[in-house]
Amino acid sequence: MAAVPSTLEPMKLGSGYNTPWWANALKWGLIALVVGFAAYVAQRLISSGAWFGVVITAFVLMCVLAVYSTRRFIPMKYLLPGLVLLVGLQIWPIVYTVATAFTNYGQGHTLSKDEATARNLANSVKEVEGSERYKLSIAVPEGADVATAELTFLLTKPDGATFVGTKDGLEPLTADGVEKSEAGKITKAPGYTILNAREANKRSADLEEFAVPVNENAGIKNVGISSAFEGAPTLKYDAAADTLTDTSQNIVYSPKDAYWTAPDGQRLATGWKENVGFKNFSDLLTNPTIRAGFFKIFVWNVAFAALSVITTFILGMLLALLFNDPKLKGKGFYRSLLILPYAIPGFVTALVWASMFNQEFGLVNSLTHLNVDWLGNAWAAKAAILLTNLWLGFPYMFLVCTGALQSIPGDVKEAAKIDGAGPLRTLRSITMPLLLVAVGPLLIASFAFNFNNFSLIYLLTQGGPFQSDNTSIGSTDLLITYAFRLAFSGASPNIGLASAVCIFIFFIVAAMSYSGFARTKSLEEVN
Amino acid sequence: MSSITDAAAVAIPEGRTATEKSPQASGSGTWWRHLLGILALIWALFPIVFLVSAALNPAGSLDTSSLLPKTISGANFDTLFGDDSRPYTSWYKNSMIIATVGSLGSVFIGACAAFAFSRLRFTGRRPGLLALLLLQMFPAMLTFPALYLTFAKLGEIIPGLGLNSIWALTLCYLGGAMGANVWLLKGYFDTVPKELDEAAKVDGASHARIFFTMTLRLVLPILVTVFMLSFVGLFSEFLLASIFLQDVNSQTLGVGLYSMSIGNEKNRLFGQFAAGALLASLPVVLLYLGFQKFLIGGMTQGSVK
Repeated sequence: MAAVPSTLEPMKLGSGYNTPWWANALKWGLIALVVGFAAYVAQRLISSGAWFGVVITAFVLMCVLAVYSTRRFIPMKYLLPGLVLLVGLQIWPIVYTVATAFTNYGQGHTLSKDEATARNLANSVKEVEGSERYKLSIAVPEGADVATAELTFLLTKPDGATFVGTKDGLEPLTADGVEKSEAGKITKAPGYTILNAREANKRSADLEEFAVPVNENAGIKNVGISSAFEGAPTLKYDAAADTLTDTSQNIVYSPKDAYWTAPDGQRLATGWKENVGFKNFSDLLTNPTIRAGFFKIFVWNVAFAALSVITTFILGMLLALLFNDPKLKGKGFYRSLLILPYAIPGFVTALVWASMFNQEFGLVNSLTHLNVDWLGNAWAAKAAILLTNLWLGFPYMFLVCTGALQSIPGDVKEAAKIDGAGPLRTLRSITMPLLLVAVGPLLIASFAFNFNNFSLIYLLTQGGPFQSDNTSIGSTDLLITYAFRLAFSGASPNIGLASAVCIFIFFIVAAMSYSGFARTKSLEEVN
Repeated sequence: MSSITDAAAVAIPEGRTATEKSPQASGSGTWWRHLLGILALIWALFPIVFLVSAALNPAGSLDTSSLLPKTISGANFDTLFGDDSRPYTSWYKNSMIIATVGSLGSVFIGACAAFAFSRLRFTGRRPGLLALLLLQMFPAMLTFPALYLTFAKLGEIIPGLGLNSIWALTLCYLGGAMGANVWLLKGYFDTVPKELDEAAKVDGASHARIFFTMTLRLVLPILVTVFMLSFVGLFSEFLLASIFLQDVNSQTLGVGLYSMSIGNEKNRLFGQFAAGALLASLPVVLLYLGFQKFLIGGMTQGSVK
């Protein structure tokens, strides 16, 4: 710290520092940038009707202006950026995850009940004979991905009027900049990218579900990719009784399990999102298939984390003891090379080991002349994962133990020697206890990390191998890979249930971290 | 200062005990240690040797790979960079941008917060610090369902900040920036004598001038440590990246290489994959080897706190 004052030397007492002009310019430039960005965001939010978002944007902007354009709130000047990000991207997701855990959000349940009803009505549109046809161009909003973005219909009536149809309804399209083919089909419209035939065909599954609701009793559906018709839905919604009636077949659908369900159990395709209370949590604990799998995953998850810590610690500690001989030459050389497994990015390690465990061509089987189906057999896969994690994690334990061993004072060992203790006795009664005290908190941290070691498991086995009778629960699944699969893959993604699993993990990890923090006493050190 | 000297002790194992033990005549009793050490090196290095030889194997498939290469060629690297359906250079660029911008942002936000908590006095300071500590008990990645839903929606409103955007992902990573490093940073900030600040203040320096021209220079070592720790972490992050980045051109190295190693073509693509994995490892490995002391000291300190 002694080198510092030299940089301050030229400044004379009381002379003061004038803020350089460019610093002020930079400050106001940044403020202007934030205001501009907030205005842009607010404008986008307004155009999509997200009023809550507008309020939040305005609030954040006011905070920024109050903090940075005045000379007050000095601590906030340093805390605000981090605080905004913290609230927006860490606290809000926690709240939202908790809220989602009490819903049935998932495939077929992403819309509100009103939207789902409208979608079902639109899908039941049948062409009324003799009604007029529109010329249709299928488009997406400009700049959006043609393969995934929300579909839009650009429509031309026989009288030449042009319209934009989205899932929310039909609006007139102003003629400025719109180009039409001779037949009247729109070929260019500002703000939209028109799909060519190949791109449109790729979206046929989406098109089947898509219709533009015109009013309560009519909707526009496509016929092929270049024409559309307006027709009347065969379903009728009865708000008083809260039922949907299929007028063509006389079936009454009533709401059940967030679907419109006929008395014979048949459901309409689109369901809605609704609160299910503690159902997701109680499913985890009581639904026999989910509970059995969940319990199995939980046991393996704890075993995996514990065994990973124990194996890496033992190997790391043995190596640290091995190289803890002052007479040994070349320790730096060994250390630099032994650290390499830890320095390789985790995804590379997991993917390379996955190839090495390949049954037919893998290195492990060919070197050992075994023929084990490492990733296909439940127990072998568990062994493979632990072996990979041992390779990946022992250097960390080696470094940590080396540091801890070096900090054990030599006179303690010397005293033991004088008292007649042999090397083994010294190791057992002096070195080990002191070492464990030093690295104990790190072992807890390592356990907590491995408890959620998503990328290792996912990249090595994807949670598999799976038993043929239950494809949702793999033999090497951790809770977090299980939650990931629930949310994003499998037959019917269920984000609500996945969120419930995440909350469950929250509590386990919090309990572990608490014991870790309690040991390090960092709570007492706050000053 | 104590926390930092401890870190240094962890980082530099040689030396201390050597002077305390009575030196003995020769190193003849250490041959078995070298023997075991070489065994340990074989264990630590054989997958890396395998990766290198697979990358140099001209046949380029898993079934022709072996521990030691039979012939050497750069064919896999040519295919790697010539494969239009797997834009490796884009992946590399994305990973570097995310890791660099994300860690620079983390360091800056963390340093600002640490300065406030260490140097300024304000109401809510202690509860704020404790709240940050408690928040760290909830790993950010556990909120992935909510992050996915939020950004899917945000992308519809503000194109460019939705899924498939590396900037949205970087922003996501920055959410935890303040909490993750503030303890480590504050510990170091506390070791810089307050008298320096006071002297500057007497001379009429504003808080901003003290922070930018003085404090930041004095705490440079910890800033470097935090930068590298978060660079390594972000470079290897997989969960959120795989949820966010589905378009092949926006993917990171982890997501891209994973997509090469699953499916029916994994055997044929193995050489190409190995070449890509080898190059992907370089930035982090070089960081580790170049800055061992910084990283190891930060690793142990960061986890204890």
